[in-house]
Amino acid sequence: MNTQTAIQVAGVNKWYGAFQVLKGIDLTVNKGERIVICGPSGSGKSTLIRCMNRLEVHQEGSITVSGIELTNQLKRIDRVRSDVGMVFQHFNLFPHLTVLENCTVAQRWVRKLPKKQAIEIAMKYLERVHIPEKADKYPGQLSGGQQQRVAIARALCMNPSIMLFDEPTSALDPEMVKEVLDTMISLAADGMTMVCVTHEMNFAREVASEVVFMDGGQIIERNSPDILFSAPTHERTKRFLGKLLH
Amino acid sequence: MFQLDLFLQAIFSAPLFKGALLTIGLSLCVMAVSLVLGMGLGSMAGSPRRSVRWLVTLYVWLFRGAPALLVLLFVWNGLPQISEVFRASWFTPFVAAFLALSLIQIAYLAEILRSAFAAVGRGQQEGAAALGMHRWQIFLVITMPQALRIAVPALMNEFISLLKTTSLATVISLKELMTVSQFAIATSFRFLEWYGAALVYYLVIVSVLTLAQNRIEHVLSRGYR
Repeated sequence: MNTQTAIQVAGVNKWYGAFQVLKGIDLTVNKGERIVICGPSGSGKSTLIRCMNRLEVHQEGSITVSGIELTNQLKRIDRVRSDVGMVFQHFNLFPHLTVLENCTVAQRWVRKLPKKQAIEIAMKYLERVHIPEKADKYPGQLSGGQQQRVAIARALCMNPSIMLFDEPTSALDPEMVKEVLDTMISLAADGMTMVCVTHEMNFAREVASEVVFMDGGQIIERNSPDILFSAPTHERTKRFLGKLLH
Repeated sequence: MFQLDLFLQAIFSAPLFKGALLTIGLSLCVMAVSLVLGMGLGSMAGSPRRSVRWLVTLYVWLFRGAPALLVLLFVWNGLPQISEVFRASWFTPFVAAFLALSLIQIAYLAEILRSAFAAVGRGQQEGAAALGMHRWQIFLVITMPQALRIAVPALMNEFISLLKTTSLATVISLKELMTVSQFAIATSFRFLEWYGAALVYYLVIVSVLTLAQNRIEHVLSRGYR
């Protein structure tokens, strides 16, 4: 693994009971790359991305993130999570805390930053996602798109070098998808390393350095978005894209 | 017939006031300890280890099944037979009542808190974990406040119920509200006035608790309005 590698997944197998969700996954993500993972539901794409910060445990193979191999050692998990931000389909904001508190809580408890500094950082990223005026609101008072942007800001406050997005727009009303995608596009423009599970093909076309197509727990094919979308090699990819684009 | 002046005298008598303080004190002690231990037991109910879950189930089964009166008498009369330790002077009716009622209350609160913890979605823990927070931090800052909001009405119910259950401690001669009233009646035979006075105390305490519940619910529901 060279210094340019952000995430390396090698020969990963994972089972839920007797059901194998991931089958021999190999995937390398270089620094600054933006990987979009797509595939039908149940293909293992969410599981794969959740293995990258150990929200899920893989049984075989190795996953190395920022040079640290993920094992049961809590210290390693901590170090990886401190370098990897994650955005979820259902936002997972803390409903009992204000937007500002959502953005400062981990800075205070994990990074042990003083309150004033944590607030400064939080406000910086809330401005970045264009909702500083909502700082004192509670998540329940915001629209879905606003909540997801807060979730992105919350992750950025921890100053990650890698961002994972697990279907960030799937739970949003269509008119709110754009504001979230725009935020993600601007992150990509800044050179953030991103792994993104999404069905937003326009987003993939615009920012992805590579699109990975998964089905049945396997990576079927991976290529640049131009090639994968216009000339997929595999029959399954063709069928999937055909349904998605029409 | 009912005599108002005797009734007022009873209300403002020192023994009844002290009895009420004892009732409140005992209830608060039991509730505080049971909250902490019930929370522990309630979160153990979600343990991946079957033996741990089994132990929790066994405890809850035992102390929800046993009548409070029986546990009180068992602790007060039975424990001194089991061990020398409980024959010493520290083992007062208050300590015995505290122990007996706590054993029961923990079982009830564990059940309430177990379901409250379960009601806070997994996504909350995952969101916090992904930010690098540790398990106990997640519990303290993320899960517990949300679980408490869900549990407050049920917890307050239990607290009020507990407050009245303390009156059973009269059988082990703890000088709480009911014992004091009974003593007074034994010498004066003024049933109406003394029971009435005790009732007033209970109602006042419960009313204050109800107001406190509203206040707590209001504070914990910030963000949900």
